[in-house]
Amino acid sequence: MRGVTRVVCVVGAGSLLAGCGVAGGESRGGTDPNGVVRASWSDPQRPIEPGNTNEVQGGKVLGLITRGLTRYDPKTAESVNDLAESIETEDSRVWRIRLREGLRFSDGTPVTARSFTDAWNYTANITNKQVNAPFFQYVEGYADVHPADETARPRAKTMSGLKVTGPRTFEVRLTQRYATWAEGLGYQAFAPLPRLFFEDHAAWLRRPVGNGPYKVESYRRGKAMKLVADPAYRGPDKARNGGVELVVYTDPNTAYADLLAGNLDVADDIPAAQLPNAAADLGDRFVVRPAGIIQTVSFPFYDRAWRGARAAKVRRGISMAIDRDAITKRIFNGTRIPAKDWTSPVLGAKGGYDASVCGEVCSYDPKKARRLIEEGGGLPGGKLVLTSNVDTGSHRDWMDAVCHSVDKALGREHSCVVNPVGTFADYRTQVTDRKMTGPFRAGWQMDYPNIENFLSKLYYTDASSNDGGHSNPEFDRLIDQANAAPSAAAAVAGFKDAERILARDVPAIPLWYQNGSAGFSERVRDVALDPFSVPVYQAITVTR
Amino acid sequence: MRDPHSERPDDVDPLANAGTGGPELPNSTEVGIDVATEEAESLENADYTHPGDPGTATSATEARSLWGHAWRDLRRNPIFLVSALLIVFLVFVSLWPSVVAGGSPYDCDLAHSREGASGSHPFGFDLQGCDVYNRTVYGARASVSVGVFATLGAALLGTVLGGLAGYFGGWWDGVLSRITEIFFGIPILLGGLVFLSVVPSGSIWPVIGFIVLLGWPQIARIARGSVITAKQNDYVQAARSLGASNSRIMLRHVLPNAVAPIIVVATIALGTYIALEATLSYLGVGLKPPTISWGQDISTAAPQYRNAPHMLLWPAAWLSVTVLAFIMLGDAVRDALDPKLR
Amino acid sequence: MGRYVIRRLLQMIPVFIGSTFLIFLMVYALGDPVTAFFGDRRPDPATAAAIRHEYNLDKPLWQQYLIYMGKIFTGDFGTAFNGEPVVDLMARAWPITIRLALLAVFFQAIVGITLGVLSGLRRGRALDTSVLLATLVVISIPTFVMGYLLQYLFGVNWNIAPVSVSAAAPLDELILPAIVLALVSLAYTTRLTRTSVSENARADYIRTAVAKGLPGRRITVRHLLRNSLIPVVTFLGIDIGNLMGGAIVTERIFNIQGVGYQLYQGILRQNAPTVVGFVTILVIIFLLANLLVDLLYAVLDPRIRLA
Repeated sequence: MRGVTRVVCVVGAGSLLAGCGVAGGESRGGTDPNGVVRASWSDPQRPIEPGNTNEVQGGKVLGLITRGLTRYDPKTAESVNDLAESIETEDSRVWRIRLREGLRFSDGTPVTARSFTDAWNYTANITNKQVNAPFFQYVEGYADVHPADETARPRAKTMSGLKVTGPRTFEVRLTQRYATWAEGLGYQAFAPLPRLFFEDHAAWLRRPVGNGPYKVESYRRGKAMKLVADPAYRGPDKARNGGVELVVYTDPNTAYADLLAGNLDVADDIPAAQLPNAAADLGDRFVVRPAGIIQTVSFPFYDRAWRGARAAKVRRGISMAIDRDAITKRIFNGTRIPAKDWTSPVLGAKGGYDASVCGEVCSYDPKKARRLIEEGGGLPGGKLVLTSNVDTGSHRDWMDAVCHSVDKALGREHSCVVNPVGTFADYRTQVTDRKMTGPFRAGWQMDYPNIENFLSKLYYTDASSNDGGHSNPEFDRLIDQANAAPSAAAAVAGFKDAERILARDVPAIPLWYQNGSAGFSERVRDVALDPFSVPVYQAITVTR
Repeated sequence: MRDPHSERPDDVDPLANAGTGGPELPNSTEVGIDVATEEAESLENADYTHPGDPGTATSATEARSLWGHAWRDLRRNPIFLVSALLIVFLVFVSLWPSVVAGGSPYDCDLAHSREGASGSHPFGFDLQGCDVYNRTVYGARASVSVGVFATLGAALLGTVLGGLAGYFGGWWDGVLSRITEIFFGIPILLGGLVFLSVVPSGSIWPVIGFIVLLGWPQIARIARGSVITAKQNDYVQAARSLGASNSRIMLRHVLPNAVAPIIVVATIALGTYIALEATLSYLGVGLKPPTISWGQDISTAAPQYRNAPHMLLWPAAWLSVTVLAFIMLGDAVRDALDPKLR
Repeated sequence: MGRYVIRRLLQMIPVFIGSTFLIFLMVYALGDPVTAFFGDRRPDPATAAAIRHEYNLDKPLWQQYLIYMGKIFTGDFGTAFNGEPVVDLMARAWPITIRLALLAVFFQAIVGITLGVLSGLRRGRALDTSVLLATLVVISIPTFVMGYLLQYLFGVNWNIAPVSVSAAAPLDELILPAIVLALVSLAYTTRLTRTSVSENARADYIRTAVAKGLPGRRITVRHLLRNSLIPVVTFLGIDIGNLMGGAIVTERIFNIQGVGYQLYQGILRQNAPTVVGFVTILVIIFLLANLLVDLLYAVLDPRIRLA
């Protein structure tokens, strides 16, 4: 992990002059414990509730108001026990969980084992239509509350695999051995919920109640959410400021301008076009750090032309035709890092990150690229059509750059053309309906910092995010083996073996690791980003 | 043909009356009749083009149609000549960009990304490291075509439909105007995503068609308003009372007097259509690579306005020149159609 | 006149039905919105089916439309995907956008007509040329850039105008956005006025008025301007609706959560109730504005009779 951070500093040094990790110097005045941090936000697309929030914006709120069994260290991304006193298993299948004593929600009600099982049962139950339901698919009895058949009614209200064994203890029984299961428990979908959530759901949605360092003071839909530090919070990450006001911005550029004008304290997700100015505008008030996000382009294996050994050569060739260094440097101003494997540096070596896995395939070698593509029978259909949605991010810019790079390597204009899709919704529909004819963008933001999350969800046969339809029995076998490993460390080693298959298959071309970026005002200090590219709000201090 | 009404002293009446708080009734019947008689004479002159018609200042050998006069006037107008030269130049660049360009617009090198002007690259480089000059030259074809054809289409359709609505009023107006209102309501974003995403090709014609579809209602409203005003003029009433056909009245009397606002709106719209193409491309539904257009270049340059303003400056400047050429052309045409200026 | 107005108002009914159906059809044509709820993950089929059922997306189009229309008559415009009723969105967005659009129209009318009259009376002079050049600049620089540039200069550099508009959107904060919003339309208004004025300035009644010895200002305002306003008023009438629905870019830049922004979100998220609700009101505004313009025709030119 440390080594990775250093890489970012080196990359950033030329153009960004930004600090890594925590930035902001010691300066004037003391801190104001009641100061409120004004931070940028944007409108979540679904109601904010643990089972229904799977994107960063709703996640920001849940990160402030909920705490789970485990949490991820904002610096090292390591999973550590939080509400859980212990999480134990002998066979990686039955897990016994004991909660710490004296835990409370911000409305004063106690956090018990039932707060967890009720919440999990709620999310898993098909009648509640929660998008995060599949996170519980390995819990025994999931099929009863969430039948796969679209028309079937649930046969049970609760999952048989969840058993409350005492006020502070419960047991989870999985359908299969799953060595790294506990590593995922820090994800917000696993957060406990108070009785209010089940008794008056509408009231909870209007003003969510949780057990985190902050509680919601007021929520004006589409405008702002005011959160205040909960004085009763007993966790290790108590708020160091008086509160956070999340202000909805219609455009990240505007948030950036408001930051410069001093109307906003923290703006995360700085738009790519502003990055070249950020160093000059903000000086050391600009933070960049690796986040668990990797951008790749996947191939449609449901299309005959992309299957087989010859096509694998072509895929390798395309990967080698992309000048990642130039693109990350010029288009993203060094805030993205050329990818060297299929995971993310935030995992650290211990978590399974290994920069040697992709090797030659991820290096830029136009001559060899051309040779490989020619040996593989040329580009299927004579040209490469690269597809992505263009309504968010700066996808269009890097797509153009990738195509220019491929054109150059092949020495032929228009051998690669971009196919922009107007909306994310349309794009995702086309992808899930398997309408792609060439490579397409596949970004992955980790749910939890574990190599398993980067591999089995994306490349396992028929996995939930295996959009390209990649299937390799050997890869599947190695993943199964790793999941059944006796220890987390052994599991990681097993997953890495599986990842090496990807280097041969190239089901997706790793492009770059995405960093989180944020700027902050002179009013605040100690602004850092966690591995999910979300600011660590509770650590921010406000100067007097 | 010269508009007969310009010699009528009565022309001042309704407006002066209204201006001084006169009654809402326009002309007295008597005046109306007088005018009708005068109009009848002029009309006859026009119809049979008597040689030596005292109402015309031109030589008798030339065709004495309104449009013929306009053309004669135009050729003498320096503004027209300048705009025509500019347009010829733009058409030339659109047809043979390689003659003017210094190389391929697709020859890009990220190493030069956002670099400013240098010796052989007078306009500098864009984000992708492509030569801005070459891209601007090659972008002319798509942009000028989109601008000109979309404007022509929208202006024709809008003038015809708006003109009919304004001229006939009543039922016609009711139906046509309500249709324009529904069209106005369609957001460009929605329309673009729906209509253009089903068209797979990146050619300019679907884009032009779409702009016409969304652009005509604006011109129709303007045309309708101007036709409603123009048809109130006494010479129109007179022509009608003389039994001139509707089509004749519309083409000869109403249109020339209603065309000025249409020209103004159309020439400005030409510029906005070229820019609109950029919005559509930005949404991923407009022109697609390898087609190059100013619009696309402007939209990719726009976010970089602080880092590399030259990326935006050049395509925007060419767009300005194009609009300028057509505004000047429009002004000249309008002046040529205005008999009072002769 | 009264009958004319009533007839025009009655015509709103078919327009209302026509436009709601058209927009409904268009949003439907955008495709399935539910896939996007799952982010970059493939949707869980059972969950996706349940959500589709909740929003009636599993029914045929005509049924969805009838259900939607049935609800509208009880005041229920449906819900956005974040669970908020569209009525609440409208109650929040419309007042802000109406303020913004009226301010923009006001600005556009005052500045546009003044510049138009001045340049129309002094054709070919320095002022006329400068106005033409300004017009070209406004047309060729995208609103996006103009907006950010002015925001940066006024908001960040000189700190004399707010960068973003606060939730309440008071009038003074809306001045800069209104100017940005009005710029392109300003080009139209100015040039339309200029053309009309220069055309009418040569008309005989002006010569007569001058000959009668009427004071210059009176001629300009009462005779010249009044007769030149019809195309301008027509344009302003169209534009007020455009400014409301088409302020997507401006509203985003200045963080205004008005109609344009809500439409943008609704379209990107493919939420039919939001889009149809807002567009329906927008069409009604177009209709009312056009009615008002038609009534103004009769005031400006008394020869025009409403029928």
